[in-house]
Amino acid sequence: MTLSADHVSWSAGGSDILKGVSLAVETGEFLGIIGPNGSGKTSLMSLLAGIRKPRSGAVLLDGTPIGELGRRTVAQRLAFVEQQADTGERITARQAVELGRTPYLGPLSPWSSQDDGIVDAALENVDMAHLAGRFWHTLSGGERQRLHIARALAQEPRILLLDEPTNHLDIGHQISLLDLVQRQDLTVVAALHDLNHAAMFCNRIAVMQGGRLVALGQPRDVLTEARIRDVFGVDVDIEQDSGGICHIRFLTRRSQGRTNVTRPASLSVMGA
Amino acid sequence: MSRTLTSIGRTGAAFAALAILLIALWLGAAIGETAIPFSTVAQTVANRLWNAGYPLEPIDEGIIWSYRLSRAVVAASCGAALALSGAVLQSLLRNPLADPYILGISAGASTGAVSIAILGFGAGMLTMPLGAFLGALIAFLLVSVLAVKAGRGTAAIILAGVAGSQLFNALTSFIVTKAATAEQARGIMFWLLGNLSGVRWPDAWLAVPAALVGLAVCLWHARALDAFTFGSEAAASLGISVRRTYLALVGVSAMMTAVMVSIVGSIGFVGLVIPHAARMLVGVRHGVLLPAAALIGAVFMIVADILSRTLIPGQVLPIGVITALVGAPAFALILGQRRARA
Ligand SMILES: Nc1ncnc2c1ncn2[C@@H]1O[C@H](COP(=O)(O)OP(=O)(O)OP(=O)(O)O)[C@@H](O)[C@H]1O
Ligand SMILES: [Mg+2]
Repeated sequence: MTLSADHVSWSAGGSDILKGVSLAVETGEFLGIIGPNGSGKTSLMSLLAGIRKPRSGAVLLDGTPIGELGRRTVAQRLAFVEQQADTGERITARQAVELGRTPYLGPLSPWSSQDDGIVDAALENVDMAHLAGRFWHTLSGGERQRLHIARALAQEPRILLLDEPTNHLDIGHQISLLDLVQRQDLTVVAALHDLNHAAMFCNRIAVMQGGRLVALGQPRDVLTEARIRDVFGVDVDIEQDSGGICHIRFLTRRSQGRTNVTRPASLSVMGA
Repeated sequence: MSRTLTSIGRTGAAFAALAILLIALWLGAAIGETAIPFSTVAQTVANRLWNAGYPLEPIDEGIIWSYRLSRAVVAASCGAALALSGAVLQSLLRNPLADPYILGISAGASTGAVSIAILGFGAGMLTMPLGAFLGALIAFLLVSVLAVKAGRGTAAIILAGVAGSQLFNALTSFIVTKAATAEQARGIMFWLLGNLSGVRWPDAWLAVPAALVGLAVCLWHARALDAFTFGSEAAASLGISVRRTYLALVGVSAMMTAVMVSIVGSIGFVGLVIPHAARMLVGVRHGVLLPAAALIGAVFMIVADILSRTLIPGQVLPIGVITALVGAPAFALILGQRRARA
């Protein structure tokens, strides 16, 4: 089960949004994609999911261009959780997760007890079984996000693509969700904003900047003070703990320059 | 759906639905300016279908068979077709206000049908529905382009629909004024309001298959429609080929709308309100929602037709008037409820 992008470019609205991105996702790894807003993370993920077609280059799933595989075949191998997907329908939590079985059900094939079992397990997995009967519009943003993950798990994919999965989650649920995703026996590609989470959970990290892939490698090689300053425009202090995990501390102007210490906070923010 | 409806339950529900539909048709045939006993209705049907040979007043038999029953059957097909089109469009476009009338599809179909009827590109049983179908498709295309230009959102689609309806209604008026005789014009104006007078069995032989084919195609796509709950990209990532589903469902909605418009004119509010009523009753899963909407639409139209014939003694109201009188307040109610929930 391999997924790779081979020199993919994509443009929309007359501008080039992805410029010749190549990367190969390794089986079983947790690959993080980081980068500032608008750097092309979501665009790259939807190309990897086969939802959009590259203008040039190709996305290969098991060696075949993903556009040549049927949508249903793709959906059985790969599940995609969008950055934001909402509904105004009066759908229950459980029904939202049941949608994950769609790639396995034809127009005439009946829903089976096996499908029920898979849906139950997925709900259990994201700790949402107790809210299964609740209506979607009554759920919090974090609960909805966990249901999206459960829906993706019910798809029984081997590759999970997650676009900012920890959006809306409190810190406890952020960690437990990433932990949960990591524990699945799945290949995971996730766009993440929190660099510390990326460092903690990812085997490798891809860094996007202005539609290009500017770095790809293990967290400790990718997350350097120089690169973070270059890509995100912030100054950081990076320490490695005994387990080899990077810890990133963000520095404000004030903590760097002693001359600013006496200025009122509001002014220093404005001056920054 | 998974747990509540076993296959036995589903068969039972299907029979119950059929029974309700038959009862409604029966009522449609019995009730009218002259009330005819229910037994006479049953005997007429038996006479006509199985040559049962019950001795009946030829007038009663004629009224029931040639007039009321054909009318009720067309009304039922029309209600089912419009409700299905509305339900499908609402789910596909993820827009609670979508329906063939509001999106200008009915107006386009009217223009198409009128062009055929008046400008006369070979009038015949099938050319009018074909003209209506072309008109419906052109209208939907135009409205889609407008909506995309206006920014895609819920409001954009509706505004584009309003603009499209106005345009096509104006076109229809233009054609009627320019080319129709005074008598033709009066007939067409009455028909445009939605009208079942003059409907006979040949119309039913067009309306019934159109509704049944529509129901079958929609049901075939029930799971695909479920997958659109979170939008078309989510549907794509669930393995649905979005473009094919769009083409099939928009096509079949336009077909149903066109056939019904060419028979009874454009009727508002049925496609808009009935799907919401069905959602409240049976939930949002399309495997159950679509048949429920079709049934409720069919029964609603039969009842609306009965009302249109009996409300003012000696007069027949256009059925579109009844559906609007009932539909508009119902719609206001639904809007209020959605707001309370949001
Ligand atoms: N359909 C589109 N039409 C025009 N521009 C688009 C389209 N989709 C994305 N873009 C632009 O492409 C750029 C990259 O967008 P993308 O959503 O991939 O960024 P991102 O890295 O996911 O950002 P974020 O962190 O905010 O989610 C942005 O500048 C965006 O405005
Ligand atoms: Mg994004």
